[in-house]
Amino acid sequence: MSAAQFDVKYVAHLARLQLTPDEEKKLGEQLGGILGYIEKLRELDVTNVEPTAHAVPLVNVSRPDEVRPSLPHDDALRNAPARANGLFMVPKIVE
Amino acid sequence: MLNQLTISELAARLAKREVSAREAMQSCLDQIARVDGKIHAFISHDDADALAQADAADRALASGATHAQKPLLGIPVAVKDVLAVKNQPLNCGSKILGRFISPYDATVIEKLKAAGAIVFGRLNMDEFAMGSSTENSAFGITRNPWDITRIPGGSSGGSAAAVTAGEAIATLGSDTGGSIRQPAALCGCVGLKPTYGRVSRYGLVAFASSLDQIGPFTRDVRDAATMLGVISGHDGRDSTSVPQPVPDYAKALTGNIKGLKLGLPREYLVGGLDPEVKAAVDNAVKQFAALGAEIVEISLPHTDYGVSVYYIIATAEASANLARFDGIRYGARVEGADPIELYRRTRGAGFGAEVKRRIILGTYVLSSGYYDAYYLRAQKVRTLIRNDFLQAFEKVDAIVTPTSPTAAFKIGEKSDDPLQMYLSDIFTISCNLAGICGISLPCGFTQNPKLPIGLQLLGRPFGEETLLKIAHAYEQASLWHKEKPAMLNLN
Repeated sequence: MSAAQFDVKYVAHLARLQLTPDEEKKLGEQLGGILGYIEKLRELDVTNVEPTAHAVPLVNVSRPDEVRPSLPHDDALRNAPARANGLFMVPKIVE
Repeated sequence: MLNQLTISELAARLAKREVSAREAMQSCLDQIARVDGKIHAFISHDDADALAQADAADRALASGATHAQKPLLGIPVAVKDVLAVKNQPLNCGSKILGRFISPYDATVIEKLKAAGAIVFGRLNMDEFAMGSSTENSAFGITRNPWDITRIPGGSSGGSAAAVTAGEAIATLGSDTGGSIRQPAALCGCVGLKPTYGRVSRYGLVAFASSLDQIGPFTRDVRDAATMLGVISGHDGRDSTSVPQPVPDYAKALTGNIKGLKLGLPREYLVGGLDPEVKAAVDNAVKQFAALGAEIVEISLPHTDYGVSVYYIIATAEASANLARFDGIRYGARVEGADPIELYRRTRGAGFGAEVKRRIILGTYVLSSGYYDAYYLRAQKVRTLIRNDFLQAFEKVDAIVTPTSPTAAFKIGEKSDDPLQMYLSDIFTISCNLAGICGISLPCGFTQNPKLPIGLQLLGRPFGEETLLKIAHAYEQASLWHKEKPAMLNLN
């Protein structure tokens, strides 16, 4: 995969990440090189190989559905950049 | 110099009441005042809180508490800036968390406190644990105590440097692709990455959730066993922690490794392996043979694909995990006209270059049209890598490799070449992909300049006892861990 094919702008949009034009250019070049290296995975035949999502397969981990103490409301809001009436404040979403 | 003792040495002196926990803590703080201007292992430390904890430990000792009940009573332990400590700052080496103060303790911190440790300090790290040199921190670089023109390794560079420089008795770090073992090797201390699921990740800020594991940095293998015993165990708050009993790891340290089989993977003799590193590891292998271990050549045929698999899986998981840093619920915020603009600006201003690089790569490999080609294929090759190890462990009890292909490199040497930086993790990455355990311990030094070389031992899933037994036997026979950097002798 060459740098030209790699659309940094589009991927940055997906990631909700603002990049400067300089960052876009540099990232495009560097990621082109990294993707080129990663291409070596295509050498392998992975037919009939199961994917590994976790190294230690645990199945259906659950606990009893019971009420337990949780973080106090004020503690959960303590690090919020903006808050009001016990809620997180965000910019207007609908007009 | 209390700050340079091991856990077991300091515990013995505290138990006899020859010294107080306050004196031990003060000795570490004095050392920080002396050397941390040069090393910069710490982002911050709360001295009043640390000394108050020390006084509480002294009161407990006075009222008869013992180290049999509380193995870390009065021992100063510093932690990487990726672990939540209630009412202390947490930044992950990043600007994006702003003035975040942890509202709760990570499980490992609860366990350290329950074991009597004095938990203090925020240790520097590559931003969000992404890096191999601790050059990617928003709080400045950390330097190697053996040579301050060189990197300490990463991402837990502060955790390794603090132990080596005598600023803490032990520390905690986290290891996603080598971030405990590689800095331990480059700074000349012991670093242990437990088996995936051995230690709860609750309260560890997630980088790559299927690879991350918390582990200790210590001055010797016995201390690593003590720390592991304290932090291990099942935790209902981490669904990936495994309900497996925690053994008394110290009991495994018998010094006797006669008849154990150690595997040497032929794939690890790669180009780029420094001749002095190779010679030191070869000597260690001879030492193991002299101790009665049987050396067996093995093959891990998919070794060469480890770095590729890692940089797909780790970045994919990171791109999802780091979506939570959006300027809404915590951390810094850059305002925008609508939520999307707020997210973009906050994340653009808050994340550093390496984190952006990995978020972009991770988002790309998960994006529509590329998922099968990259992410799913990487997960399948991960299976092949894991099978390589499981097959090898049918023949051998542990695998011996270098921890890092070179000793510590110069600050700035690889910072403009991310691929070269990634390739420095070539020996440590597969351990996380396979979910097995690994330890790095000192096995020699380069000549000029004198820099530590690390030996890596890899063990079966939940095979930490065997791993520690082998590491301890080697350590007793070699004594490399007794060497101290020149900067400590000047004091």
